[in-house]
Amino acid sequence: MIEVQNLHKYFGELEVLKGVNVHINRGDCVCVVGPSGGGKSTFLRCINLLEVPTKGDIVIEGVSAMQNMRHIDTLREKVGMVFQQFNLFPHMSVLKNVTFAPVKLKKMTKEQAEKRGMELLERVGLAEKANEYPNRLSGGQKQRVAIARALAMEPDVLLFDEPTSALDPEMVGEVLEVMKQLAEAKTTMIVVTHEMGFAREVGNRVLFMDGGIVAEEGSPDDVFNHPKSERLKQFLSKVL
Amino acid sequence: MFEGIVQAFHDAVSGFSNAVFVSVIKEDRYTYLVDGLLVSLQLTLIAAAIGVVIGLLVAVAKLQNLDSPSKNAFTRGLRKWIVGIANGYVSIIRGTPAVVQLLVIYFIIFGRVLQPIFPGVPDIMIASIAFGINSGAYVAEIIRAGIMAVDKGQTEAGRSLGLSSVTTMMFIVIPQAVKNVLPALVNELIVLFKETSVAGYIGLMDLTKGATTIGAVAYDYMIPLLCAAYIYFIITTVMTAGMNKLERRMRRGD
Repeated sequence: MIEVQNLHKYFGELEVLKGVNVHINRGDCVCVVGPSGGGKSTFLRCINLLEVPTKGDIVIEGVSAMQNMRHIDTLREKVGMVFQQFNLFPHMSVLKNVTFAPVKLKKMTKEQAEKRGMELLERVGLAEKANEYPNRLSGGQKQRVAIARALAMEPDVLLFDEPTSALDPEMVGEVLEVMKQLAEAKTTMIVVTHEMGFAREVGNRVLFMDGGIVAEEGSPDDVFNHPKSERLKQFLSKVL
Repeated sequence: MFEGIVQAFHDAVSGFSNAVFVSVIKEDRYTYLVDGLLVSLQLTLIAAAIGVVIGLLVAVAKLQNLDSPSKNAFTRGLRKWIVGIANGYVSIIRGTPAVVQLLVIYFIIFGRVLQPIFPGVPDIMIASIAFGINSGAYVAEIIRAGIMAVDKGQTEAGRSLGLSSVTTMMFIVIPQAVKNVLPALVNELIVLFKETSVAGYIGLMDLTKGATTIGAVAYDYMIPLLCAAYIYFIITTVMTAGMNKLERRMRRGD
């Protein structure tokens, strides 16, 4: 359902992505691992066009993103994103954070959105915080609200950009638990992560990105237990 | 000798109270101050409203990203013009005195250029517009700084949900930006209020002009000018107190 075709991205002179080709199927939970600076985040940000690819294309459900830059907002509605720094809207209550976009984009009435928003907050275990403001929440709670916010737009795919890297260690579990539930419910997800345990256990595919390309990919078993390239072996020996 | 001092003191007091009587009470001269204050406040409020609207628009215009991939040559060219005009406006306003701007707008813009189209615009409206245009440049710079201080992640979060750049700006970035710079905006309001004291140049009876008018008829400038200064001081002090209170409450909200 998502085709990443020959994706190149330059930042000035620096070539961050050097031709990435990935096919993502509905229901996939793709985990992207690799060293810092390998292009993981840029790859993810290109998928919802927060970074505009220099060359190549992203085809979502048969629609080319590069040829539809004019309708970039409509494309983004289908691609939810969860950020490392949560990026909740601090001036809105938790529930408003979740309902704002669907109501503004006229996907739902306010009542529908609030009903759906409460269901989503229930799902991430934060229904009782609906009327709090984000600054009253812990990091883990913020990230769970951010997930609910992304889900409220009913996207085809959810992108996670190192969702647990900014969290205190004891809060990582609650966020991963929510993500695991999503994966089990066959939500299409692409997760850039340093949580190898999560990638191994929950992902059905793992991409190892290094030097701006997908250096190796396969099932978690392939990648973690039978690494082929030297670079991946080296990486795994450091992180596992 | 002691009696001499008492006498001198008595003379001074009666002289002073006589001066106050002549400047403020005789022939209801205090009405110059009261009416003048009302004119000054009216100017400030209308100009502030105009200034905030201009300031928001110019701030957003100045932040147009010229590098962003634009759809076609026309919108790219338009953007360039908008940024150019916004930059020019801010530079000119900040680089010339408010009095000169007021006089130019009164005598040239409304007195000549717009005279055939809008004859008989009340002077107080013209002055409000002039002060509003002046204040807008400063408000624009304040709000621009506020917008730049809002984390880029906020824009990204908004855009990633499918919100347009305009919606993201209006409902996500600007509310946070304005909240951050509210103290600076109140400060600008104080500056604006004091700036209106030059409205007398185009014949408006504001607080300062009221005071000098009393001075002219009472042959004594000291008391009316001190009164005017005192009134300005009281109003700005109240505004500052309000700002401090606002700041404290906002800090609690964070």
